[in-house]
Amino acid sequence: MTDGGRHPRITLLTMSEVVEVKGYVGNFQVKILKKARYVDEKECTACGECTKVCPVVWPDEFDLGLSSRRAIFSPFPQAVPSAYVININECLGHNPVVCAKCVEACDKGCINFHLSDEEIVEEVGSIIVATGLEVYDPTELDEYGYTRFENVLTSLEFERLINAGGPTKGELIRPTDRKRPRSIGFIQCVGSRSARKGGNYCSNVCCMNTVKSTLMLKEHYPDMEIKVFYIDIRAFGKGFEDLYRRSRRLGVQYLRGLPGAVEETPERTLTVAVENTVTGRLQILDLDMLVLAIGIKPASSTQKLQEMLGLQLSPDGFFLEAHPKLLPVDAATRGLFYAGCAEGPKDIKESVTQASAAAARAIRLMHEGKITSEPITSMVVPEHCKSCGKCAEVCPYNVITVDVKKKIPAVVNTAACAGCGTCAAECPFGAITMNHFTDTQILQQVEALLEEDPREKILAFACNWCSYAGADYAGVSRLQYPPNVRLIRTMCSGRVDERFIWHGFLKGAPVVLVSGCHIGDCHYIDANHWTEKRVKKVHKKMSKLGIRPERLQLEWISAAEGLRFSEVMKRMETLRQGVTQDEISETIEILKNQKK
Amino acid sequence: MEQTALATAPDEIEEKTRIGVYVCHCGLNIAQTVDCQMVAESAARFDHVIVSKDIGYACSEPGQQQITDDILEHSLDRVVIASCSPRLHEPTFRHMIKEAGLNPYLLEMANLREQCSWVHMNEPEAATAKAVDLVKMAVSRVRQLRPLYEEVLPLTKRSLVIGGGIAGIQTALDLADNGFDVVLVEKKPSIGGTMAQLDKTFPTMDCSI
Repeated sequence: MTDGGRHPRITLLTMSEVVEVKGYVGNFQVKILKKARYVDEKECTACGECTKVCPVVWPDEFDLGLSSRRAIFSPFPQAVPSAYVININECLGHNPVVCAKCVEACDKGCINFHLSDEEIVEEVGSIIVATGLEVYDPTELDEYGYTRFENVLTSLEFERLINAGGPTKGELIRPTDRKRPRSIGFIQCVGSRSARKGGNYCSNVCCMNTVKSTLMLKEHYPDMEIKVFYIDIRAFGKGFEDLYRRSRRLGVQYLRGLPGAVEETPERTLTVAVENTVTGRLQILDLDMLVLAIGIKPASSTQKLQEMLGLQLSPDGFFLEAHPKLLPVDAATRGLFYAGCAEGPKDIKESVTQASAAAARAIRLMHEGKITSEPITSMVVPEHCKSCGKCAEVCPYNVITVDVKKKIPAVVNTAACAGCGTCAAECPFGAITMNHFTDTQILQQVEALLEEDPREKILAFACNWCSYAGADYAGVSRLQYPPNVRLIRTMCSGRVDERFIWHGFLKGAPVVLVSGCHIGDCHYIDANHWTEKRVKKVHKKMSKLGIRPERLQLEWISAAEGLRFSEVMKRMETLRQGVTQDEISETIEILKNQKK
Repeated sequence: MEQTALATAPDEIEEKTRIGVYVCHCGLNIAQTVDCQMVAESAARFDHVIVSKDIGYACSEPGQQQITDDILEHSLDRVVIASCSPRLHEPTFRHMIKEAGLNPYLLEMANLREQCSWVHMNEPEAATAKAVDLVKMAVSRVRQLRPLYEEVLPLTKRSLVIGGGIAGIQTALDLADNGFDVVLVEKKPSIGGTMAQLDKTFPTMDCSI
């Protein structure tokens, strides 16, 4: 930790949050909001004189409220940076009449109430998302009595209680009588592996965390009675099974079955009712203290960051990697990587392994100091451009310049173009060519698809990042769906030109599906907003022309939604079966007349 | 509807276009549902297809060698690989045709595994018919593909690490020790994250900080 704080190549920005990310791989511009600390980070020697005089007392969040701190404080003894910090919302202020005692106490004059939040802009070539985790709040699992009984603690609270740097200097005590408990129970899978409350996934660390805790207890208090209530113990890592066996050897009792109810006795001990699934008997146990082995949840910042960076999430809410086996630390967006629990629950060793892997992947990208860009970008044909400005309006990256007044044709900055193709789809004059996904290339696919028995087929457009990946995920999961679906891949659903849809109907398509990333998840910032608008527009036109609008469907399917993909395909097939040959022929006639 | 000349007129296809089609068995992943030989035979009849073969593993070294040899022997200028998802092996095959002297963007893949054999396992005939269609679509598309050239852009040799827990600290240190500047952003007043709150950590049972 201290190495991280003093490495000459590391700029450490604490109390800071990323608020905006612009640019693309190799050239990101990042806006960071650094909140004011009100204590000079460099000058503060962490002498602690200020804390002594501060009259404001608050629960200490690092100790999870098990101890208190002042409004000016050090987060914890080994904090990096070691400088103190003022919580300005709690502080009485610097008016000498009211307080300002800390200002007087600080000999070095480090405390400065005039400091204000700063906005910092940094240029970087790669971004590593290591936003970590949040622990599960067991309040909703009322059967364990976490909110009702003081002697029921979470595993993280327990960690603070047995920590030498914690509120009791490592001496384990019961919160109610401050005496050492004679017996203690650990309940596993709290907020994990449950379809009802919390996550339905395994949180990965809780089993071993409990095993470790029992070993610590047996080391300090060999006579303590320790029981662990579990579904099954997952001691899969290197050396883990040894630790688990050692714990059993030392007399820790592992009891298979999670308690159904916990009640408190007048002596403030806890009565635990549990069905032992090994013996098949209901057991009623009396314990001095209970520890809930709480699971891991995605960090609260996950969604905001996901939208800011155009990332994808797994169904469990953690960040989705580009490939579960072959690209486990890469995001689907080039230049972005994951490390640690941001990608899924993991222990320290795994986090460190993944962190080094992410660093290696980032170095691989950056070491040459240059980057080759995929030539899948749009291109304006100046002779056809009428300088209407539509392309510049729809470009999510603002990389198209056009002078509407002087009628100067549009120009695309290809270096910054991400290649969604929305401009090409929206250009009313066909003046934009989307390289590698040209109108002709896509229309030829549509024609080939509908050449024979068009009535039997489902024409579906899918974006590369979400819906096409969702279809792949359906495949990996072997989810079966009707075999008459034919997918056409575009980079973004924003590329799906109105003309592709009309052409499909003209060639006899019974139904057409446009699918893309969910709103907010678009790989190209918000290009799919234009998809939505466009489909609405086509729906209106269809109604006007007397074509049933239901025959064109728009669905958002993420890369992790294989099941949803297969279900949408089944729905499309039902829809297709409702379209008669007469209806198709009529549509073709209508569209032919329109064309004339 | 609002058709323009540009939108529908196919680019002129040069008559000399020569396409090679390779239908991969992927062991049994594709072949146990899709009749790969039949698909290859059908594809041979499509316009401009000079070579059409089914192949055990297109991505394997002998598989790639066979395709490369064909490109040279038959002067192929475009290739369709009907195998797994392009999200998996498109880079592999782009690299392969580049090595054989073609522009890497003159490749198209038909997804016969993730989007055909694996999702229509109980309907081999319909899956084979779909595979033929997917290859036909790929051939229609590959005909229209144009060579593209990658651009080399400058890159900022710095990294942003978001989050100062154990993972963020480790990443930052590894990058910094390799000579890259790092901006490490942490929301809280100190780095350390959840790990710093833990007492001894397994399996070594030493202090977490």
